[in-house]
Amino acid sequence: MSAHAHSDDGHGKDGHDFAHPMSVQTLLAVFFALTFLTVITVAQASFDFGAFEVATVMFIATVKAVLVMAFFMHMIADKPFNAIIFIGSFVFVGLFVIFTLGDSMMTSGSFEPRVEELAPAVAEPMEVQVDGAP
Amino acid sequence: MSTIEASPEVGHDEHGHDHDHPPFLAHHFDTPEQQFDSGKLGIWLFLVTEVLFFSGMFCAYAIFRALRPEVFEGCSQFLNTKLGAINTGVLLFSSLTMAWAVRCSQLEQHKGLVGTLAATLSCAMIFLGVKAIEYSHKWAMGLLPAGLFFYDPNNPHPTDHPNYLLFICIPFLIALAGVVIWLVLSLLTANRFHIAIAMPLTVVCLCFFVGVGLGAFLESGEESAEHLDGHADSDGLAGAAIVQSAESNAIAENAAAVAASGAMVPVDESVLEILSTDPTNSGVASGLSALEQQTAAAGTSTITGDGEVLGGITTTEVDVLTPTTAGVFFSIYYCMTGIHAIHILAGIGVLVWLLVRAVRRDFNRQYFGPVDYVGLYWHLVDLIWIYLFPLLYLIR
Repeated sequence: MSAHAHSDDGHGKDGHDFAHPMSVQTLLAVFFALTFLTVITVAQASFDFGAFEVATVMFIATVKAVLVMAFFMHMIADKPFNAIIFIGSFVFVGLFVIFTLGDSMMTSGSFEPRVEELAPAVAEPMEVQVDGAP
Repeated sequence: MSTIEASPEVGHDEHGHDHDHPPFLAHHFDTPEQQFDSGKLGIWLFLVTEVLFFSGMFCAYAIFRALRPEVFEGCSQFLNTKLGAINTGVLLFSSLTMAWAVRCSQLEQHKGLVGTLAATLSCAMIFLGVKAIEYSHKWAMGLLPAGLFFYDPNNPHPTDHPNYLLFICIPFLIALAGVVIWLVLSLLTANRFHIAIAMPLTVVCLCFFVGVGLGAFLESGEESAEHLDGHADSDGLAGAAIVQSAESNAIAENAAAVAASGAMVPVDESVLEILSTDPTNSGVASGLSALEQQTAAAGTSTITGDGEVLGGITTTEVDVLTPTTAGVFFSIYYCMTGIHAIHILAGIGVLVWLLVRAVRRDFNRQYFGPVDYVGLYWHLVDLIWIYLFPLLYLIR
């Protein structure tokens, strides 16, 4: 049960210490930075930035995400290979979203219902009339 | 396990130094660091699959928002920014306590580890409590996914609905009752190990109802303000849009209303001209289709743009809150936040497991992997909420 093996008990002294504890100051500083950025995000929603709104929001969220990844997830002290794998996944997310979104923007128009289909009763007599006109 | 008989060269990979293995080191690892690094690589790979899994939903969000930005702007008004912001703060704080828990486990601060894990669990429960208020409030209003959506702007708060909040609370009530019974039993038997686990868990279960109370308080504040303003502020453009779509069902009528008001889209003068001169035309939609036919025949390019605007986007702008369009927004909302909430529940599960092991003092300087891995998972869940909150709650 409580037969836990302290490394001081003589075990596990074979390698160097691989734990990199974050200092409490760092953790608190990151937390307050994240809270501050959240307040900014909420505050900016009351202003109208027009087309830049999504970009602003995503930029702030990405800054927050980088803070969380670097400090809370210990990426700065971690093996670079782990960071490469994780950040690499975002490259594929980017490819996925950009290509799907681009495809949707370019082809969705072809599949939207046409006016005649939405209001056949009104549109049909017009067709007859217009066909006869020229 | 044949440890003695194996020759040193062959046996090294196998169990050559079993006598030197601390109990936490699996026999197929040489050193605690190797064990830690292997586990860490594994959890990072799992996080990659999680990122890709959520990216599918973010992609759906991006497509629908690009196609119908006005639906997202209109429906986002129904999400309570205050509750979302509170939940963001709670999750950020739980991330802090989780990172702190990893630190405690690395420094062998066993009491601190139990405390920070319990704090993380409590924050997770508060998050779910606030979410329960949000969901039950929306279900009662009929703000449901496409197909179930029945929100009626003339009667936004129907009373003939089941008590959804109670349904959500029942599993948590059962959990609370179970933990309290466990605590009482372990107090009676004076089992210190069980008391040390059941006590923080009781606090954790109570925190769900703290979250429910907090959410109810904030939601009721919003509600009274809404009634004072006569829905003018909170519903905004959405309210105006509903009234219009409720009045007119047929497309022709919708288009006529838009043309009459002339506010939404610059209506081409020639459409109205045709309307006034030609007695056979029964509405602007007919005029429009006539116009389209004529443009097609004549091959002029200037009018085509306006015709497209009238035929496509205007009608949807009027229909922002009809069941299909608004329902699509709420489908995405429930899917993304719901799967996020399921991840919170899964996180609660593994955190309880960690809490038990922390009380048992399983972790030390050489063996803190499980705390670190769960921490990484928990931070990823936080990371996803960091993107979800502004994308869903903070549109305009």
